[in-house]
Amino acid sequence: MPDFPILTAIVVTPIIGAALMTLIPARRPEITRIVALLFTVATLGLSIWLLWNFKVGDPDFQYVENYEWIPGLGARFILGVDGISIFMVVITALLMPIGLLASAHHVDHRVKAFFGWFLVLETAIMGIFLSLDLIGFFVFWEFMLVPMYFLIQGWGHDNRRYAATKFFLYTAVGSALMLACTLVLGFLHEASTGLLTFDFRILAAWGFGGLSITTETILFLGFMAAFAIKAPLFPFHTWLPDVHTEAPTAGSVVLAGVIIKMGAYGFIRFSFELFPRATVDLAPLLLITAVIGILYGSIVAAMQRDLKRLVAYSSVAHMGFVILGLASLTVIGLNGATFIMVSHPLTTGALFLIIGFIYERRHTRQIDELGGIWKPAPVLTALFIVAMFAGIGLPGFSGFVGEFLALAGTFISERPYAILAAVGVVLAAVYMLWAFQRVFTGKPTGENAKMTDATKREILLVAPLLVLSLFLGLYPKPVLERIEPTVRQKIAFLEQKTDYRQKRPHGFDSNRLGGESYKDLAKKALKEQR
Amino acid sequence: MLNSVWIIPALPALSFVLVLFFGKRLPKRGAEIAITAVAASFIASCWAAVEWIDRVNAAEHGASIGAFFGKSVMFSGEGGAAVEPVVNSVTWWQNGGIDFGVGTYVDGLTVMMMFVVTLISLLVHIYSTGYMHDDRRYTWYYAGLSLFTASMLTLVVSAGTLQMLVGWELVGLCSFMLIGFWWEERENSRAAIKAFLMTRTGDIGLMIGIIVLFFAVGSFDIAKTNAYALNGASHHDILLVASVCLLIGIMGKSGQFPLHTWLPDAMAGPTPVSALIHAATMVVAGVYLGARLYPVFYEGFSIFNGGINMMALVGGITILVGASLAFVQRDIKKVLAYSTISQLGYMILALGVGAWVAAVFHLFTHAIFKALLFLGAGSVSHGGTHHSFDMREMGGLRKKMPITFWTFIIGSLALAGIFPLAGFWSKDEILVNAGSNGFELFLVVGLAGAFLTAAYMTRCVYLTFFGEYRGHHHPHESERSITTPLVILAGLTIVAGLINAAPLGIEKFTEWVEPTTNFPDLVHAEFDAPLAIISVSIALFAIGVMSYFLFRREESSALKGLTQRNRLARTGYTLLERKYYIDYLYENIIVEGIREPIARAMYWVNQNVIDALVNLVGRSAVRVGRFAYENIDQKGIDRAINASAAEFGVAGGELQRIQSGSVQRYALYIFAAVGAISVALFVLSVA
Repeated sequence: MPDFPILTAIVVTPIIGAALMTLIPARRPEITRIVALLFTVATLGLSIWLLWNFKVGDPDFQYVENYEWIPGLGARFILGVDGISIFMVVITALLMPIGLLASAHHVDHRVKAFFGWFLVLETAIMGIFLSLDLIGFFVFWEFMLVPMYFLIQGWGHDNRRYAATKFFLYTAVGSALMLACTLVLGFLHEASTGLLTFDFRILAAWGFGGLSITTETILFLGFMAAFAIKAPLFPFHTWLPDVHTEAPTAGSVVLAGVIIKMGAYGFIRFSFELFPRATVDLAPLLLITAVIGILYGSIVAAMQRDLKRLVAYSSVAHMGFVILGLASLTVIGLNGATFIMVSHPLTTGALFLIIGFIYERRHTRQIDELGGIWKPAPVLTALFIVAMFAGIGLPGFSGFVGEFLALAGTFISERPYAILAAVGVVLAAVYMLWAFQRVFTGKPTGENAKMTDATKREILLVAPLLVLSLFLGLYPKPVLERIEPTVRQKIAFLEQKTDYRQKRPHGFDSNRLGGESYKDLAKKALKEQR
Repeated sequence: MLNSVWIIPALPALSFVLVLFFGKRLPKRGAEIAITAVAASFIASCWAAVEWIDRVNAAEHGASIGAFFGKSVMFSGEGGAAVEPVVNSVTWWQNGGIDFGVGTYVDGLTVMMMFVVTLISLLVHIYSTGYMHDDRRYTWYYAGLSLFTASMLTLVVSAGTLQMLVGWELVGLCSFMLIGFWWEERENSRAAIKAFLMTRTGDIGLMIGIIVLFFAVGSFDIAKTNAYALNGASHHDILLVASVCLLIGIMGKSGQFPLHTWLPDAMAGPTPVSALIHAATMVVAGVYLGARLYPVFYEGFSIFNGGINMMALVGGITILVGASLAFVQRDIKKVLAYSTISQLGYMILALGVGAWVAAVFHLFTHAIFKALLFLGAGSVSHGGTHHSFDMREMGGLRKKMPITFWTFIIGSLALAGIFPLAGFWSKDEILVNAGSNGFELFLVVGLAGAFLTAAYMTRCVYLTFFGEYRGHHHPHESERSITTPLVILAGLTIVAGLINAAPLGIEKFTEWVEPTTNFPDLVHAEFDAPLAIISVSIALFAIGVMSYFLFRREESSALKGLTQRNRLARTGYTLLERKYYIDYLYENIIVEGIREPIARAMYWVNQNVIDALVNLVGRSAVRVGRFAYENIDQKGIDRAINASAAEFGVAGGELQRIQSGSVQRYALYIFAAVGAISVALFVLSVA
């Protein structure tokens, strides 16, 4: 155990800020803003420290903290970070202060509550990414709904109540199934081994101890329901555009950046180890859904008249690539999927921020009502162009690396899907460029001619995201070398527990693409409990 | 220098950054940085060229002039032995056991391309100081030119296919920015998007082709890929699939039929940019790819067998489509654009008939005279018609703009393939090789193309420079910064062909450029004097016939009369005027056909089935809740939940109203193209 509980610190820092905020008088919103910013920046600092000290090449969980929590239920409070969660933590920590700063000015009522909920949200998200105990994971998963509901409900646009309720109900249905399956899994394990635990590592090593494949598949589907809704996978995606349209800018940034990644994260984190056989069996189903999501999201995006809805549908398509990469069950594909989860928040976050800036000026996001913005706002347009090309996966930006790897991985295992998905790469360019043309080019019409250009503050908010995307596009190594050991271990696990074997393409000898030997973490986990 | 060619793309890339951030504050608004950088790149390219030639000579004669440059030259073995390319690469990152490298691969082809790209780019930079002088986004323009040059050079020096893809896409990005440079007009940005999307449609093929080759070879490395293709043990099927995929990429980028329709629209950009796109960057990228990975195509399409293969076929059709459409254009730039399509067809045809050297040589000479023609057209509009390219407003400019006129004439004659200008040598080489390698059909196509080329250029020259001036301005010769590049290019057009003039015993181009390792054994046809005479005669005949009609019958009234008198001629003319209905097919039939059933239906399903189901569940939940509230446990259910749930029901109804977006035509026409290609690829992959 490390001396300083860094992971706990990352999880609780924001909520401490929220608690502190209740003490600040409501008459002083400026102090509230500063406190909120301070705490998110502190969390960012801690995350960067974690990233800096993260051991490269170690596939296991690091900085594990393991505390007694609810002994009767066998639930413990276990936090740990590996190559997959580390970047989700850092990205969350990065997007939070940016989202806060973006909304600092146009949130003018109930400022305290807004920032309070925002900080609570950060705690919940961090908890989800770091929990290793299934009960803990579930608690954070549910907990996240609360601040999100209030944020949309309280500071959204016209149709916010509908959207907030839809969001809540939709995701609650999924998580109910997940809870049931979690409990069943725990109790099955108890019945088989006599130990009641929800420690992910112990359950993974147990591997259903000879239970039937049907049980495994049913439980997998239960988890999948929760994850598919959150991801969102086709056809569970209809909440996303509504929620995006109604959410405030900061909400959209976090929603597109991190919250929809949680579904895919859940898949990557749990499905391989907990349900190896079901994962292999149902991978074709996931591939089909992913490809449908990619094509469908892109085509429907082209029909949208609201910029935010357009980007929301584009997120459906991008998440399709994540699912595609992970369902390819190859090291390359899974690397790509995880990489997209790091890269997509940057580009989509930037797009939502810019759309937010436009909305603040013009009070509309309808594509028809905008036009010729390039002339009055060249800098804003330049930012949009960069964000757009980063988003459509132009080589040199991070999106390309992730999509290319996901495609290459799928190409190894299931060639036709890779080809269909490649079409999605082009479709992404279609709807984005078309929207760009209608909004930015031509002669400015009416109100649009008087639009002001981006301020320094706005440039500074968007620039880090774009610079990071460019950096990772040109030099993805720092991210990939941390992701890969964990990913290799997952594939190795799959090959050990099932008769699945990763395909070896023609030009490769057997060892280069494969997983490493799988290390059993259960013993270590059990030792921690004592 | 051969080991440090990375500096050649790096200089313009650096210039892009500098111009973008500091350009506006400089006295010449950034042009000085851009010109200095590209000039430095040009010098470096020349230096690399000299070293390469030295290397070739050293390998052949065992002698070296390298000592003169103070550089050591590697001897690759005995006299006459293979000249190894100079490859430098580093592992940029690793993933899943795969090395992703970046590096430079330098051989004769690379050196030639670097020379052409930097030369044309430098002249375009200089030309633009005059041509673009009053533009309000002058600085941004130079930043764009720099990035364009840097991207193309990155593509050219790439040591791996993935790196080529990066350069390839960046070239596409730059063309998008520069074609839509005057975005105040919607038409221009539309043309830019059309170019970007259409080439990107082809990129699906490219991307899949690269992945196919990668998994077959186990590396992105160009040398290894070529070695794999020539290795007898490789699977022919894989090579065939890869060739087809890559060819689709080439078709998109190099304007090959049927993905050529973006190229004429791309004339919306500033004229110097058109020159750059058509001569040195962008469109030749496809041909370059074909030449770079030639062993893959050679084996994949079994070119050594003779007969008909997909590559030669695409090239052949493109020659005729492009040349025939060039006839009916009224815009001088569009004549040149269709002529480029047709000439690119020659290059692809040449690759398809096993005439590698001829293809690359034609790329080289075409770059020079096409740049000359475009810059000449720009000069005409600059000094002659006040920014119009409509040939109906020109005429009689021969006397007013003598330098432009004479240089344009030289360019046109070269394009028509008249002895002894550059175009003659390269086109003749394509034809003679097509004949000797057993592709007689394509020899005929090539000759027909030569006839058409000479004829439409005669028409273009006549309408622009002869007859009476029909515009409303005061034509005058353009300034020095514009005419100097014209004169330089005209000079090069006269002499460039002599570098590979077989009958004179000079075959330096072949010697310097053709790879000697990892390359199929191609047979070089002997110079065929009768064929050369025939092709020149055909061109001269075409010029004669066109001149006769144009000069004698005043304003081509005879031809106009013909279309009214003769039904067949009228039909033919309409067919050409409508661009063979290809755009119509894409935009009106496929797009309209797809737009209604697919996109609209999908969104309808989204809103009225999937989402309605969700709302139904929600509303049912509300009813159950209300039922429970009213009948089971009145106090147990929170009033707030009920209130929000009721509202939820109302809002759900509102949401169902479809918000139909009017999807613009060609966004969907891209869908259509994409659909067609994906079906093709799908079938291929399954097969």
